[in-house]
Amino acid sequence: MTTLTIDNVSRWFGNVVAVNDISMTVGPGITGLLGPNGAGKSTLINMMGGFLAPSTGTVTLDGQVVWRNEQVYRRIGVVPEREAMYDFLTGREFVLANAELHGLGAKEAQRALATVEMEYAQNRRIDTYSKGMRQRVKMASALVHDPSVLLLDEPFNGMDPRQRMQLMELLRGMGAEGRTVLFSSHILEEVEQLAAHIEVVVAGRHAASGDFRKIRRLMTDRPHRYVVRSSDDRALAAALIADPSTSGIEVDVKEGALRVQAVDFDRFTALLPRVARAHGIRLFTVSPADESLESVFSYLVAA
Amino acid sequence: MYHPTVARLTYRGLLGRRRALVLFALPALLLVISAVLRVFVGADDDTARNVLGGFALATMVPLIGVVAGTGAIGPEIDDGSVVYLLAKPVKRHTVILTKLIVAIGVTVALSAIPTLIAGYLLNGNSQQIAVAYAAAAAIASVAYSAIFLLLGTVTRHAVVAGLVYALVWESLFGSLIAGARTLSVQQWALALAQRIGADGAVTAEVGLPVALTLLVAVTVGATWFAGHKLRTLSIAGEE
Repeated sequence: MTTLTIDNVSRWFGNVVAVNDISMTVGPGITGLLGPNGAGKSTLINMMGGFLAPSTGTVTLDGQVVWRNEQVYRRIGVVPEREAMYDFLTGREFVLANAELHGLGAKEAQRALATVEMEYAQNRRIDTYSKGMRQRVKMASALVHDPSVLLLDEPFNGMDPRQRMQLMELLRGMGAEGRTVLFSSHILEEVEQLAAHIEVVVAGRHAASGDFRKIRRLMTDRPHRYVVRSSDDRALAAALIADPSTSGIEVDVKEGALRVQAVDFDRFTALLPRVARAHGIRLFTVSPADESLESVFSYLVAA
Repeated sequence: MYHPTVARLTYRGLLGRRRALVLFALPALLLVISAVLRVFVGADDDTARNVLGGFALATMVPLIGVVAGTGAIGPEIDDGSVVYLLAKPVKRHTVILTKLIVAIGVTVALSAIPTLIAGYLLNGNSQQIAVAYAAAAAIASVAYSAIFLLLGTVTRHAVVAGLVYALVWESLFGSLIAGARTLSVQQWALALAQRIGADGAVTAEVGLPVALTLLVAVTVGATWFAGHKLRTLSIAGEE
């Protein structure tokens, strides 16, 4: 049972704050680190993996400081996001080299290659591998010493659906064995499928932490904004504001559109077509104004 | 202090990349020039001195040193694959020392040995010129490897920085400013050559004790500092 503790950690690069005063504890099982691109996930994982010094705060593994402590790698396995990985070697040579650097040998390398089902291509050079194959060999190199903590930075990037399922299955198994598995992703559905516990990072800040379903509900329940264009904007506005599912409507005369703020997502989406039909109004456009992942996440920060 | 796996990765990385062509092209050029001169000029001590001192020691050795020294670590840091070395319970000083040994091995093999052969081709080792310059090339290889390995660890522009040092500092300033010669790996190596060669066969600007002290100090200092830099090397990630 290994626990990774991030305690009031910040990291800045010059004037840019990449990670802003984050504290979290990552324990056994699978944890998803969710956030939009550029949120600071990689910076955080690099600090957890001991590849980057926190500007303030500490990262510890069962009480041991991670930075400048190569002994922690006996227990940590890392799957970096970067592609570069000694492309002039074959898959087997690469995993074997990783095993030897841990003081292990061919037996462990072979077992790790079997775990990721890469034995069939182990004698091909890495520069001939597809992205999914590279990802699996990276996994093998991280698993070769049977670590109790596994850190994966965007592991599903570039994988096809079958490879994704396979890797998810592998990670589920590792989580069930009591290992501490943390993976980062900017894709909600990916995290949903794999992790019950998530940590959300937005713009370098720790936006939410806990059970996935609770956080998902928070995301759905936030006020939604829509831009609506119809055959009679004013009549539609009058009919919509009478319902408690909306909290504000602006008639944008210049744009020829309505800006609607809905507080009850489910009710509003059912109400709009019904109201339009009852009043004989034709809907031309209904588009969400803030559905980007970034705006969903920023709502979480404010919540 | 030496890790065979780190050595294997370094060695294959060095000789597997395109820049390795430079490593083989320069000694080949030296041998061709020497053979041609022997055929057309005959065995001549002055010619041997000019070729071995002017081309082999002043140009070829530092260039091979730049390619081998920076290439032993620079590309791994640039492309991020060094993370696979760093995520292991292996001491950073062991990584650096192993890479230094590989860089020295490659530089000595591709500069000192061709220098010795070229010396025999040029004048049959008359006045011990071939052996003297080969020994100088070998000892210069050690210092250059350490200096350029350090550059590969501290800057992404290690090859450019290395070339500026090797060509501008050692060659240009060395010929213009007397003080610069004292701080020149080439001159330290020549001090050894002067001792080995016959009287007056080789001249150096620095005495042997000073030269050896500086060589050891620079090699040890650069290697220690490179290990220290690797311990605190940050990997910023893709963001």
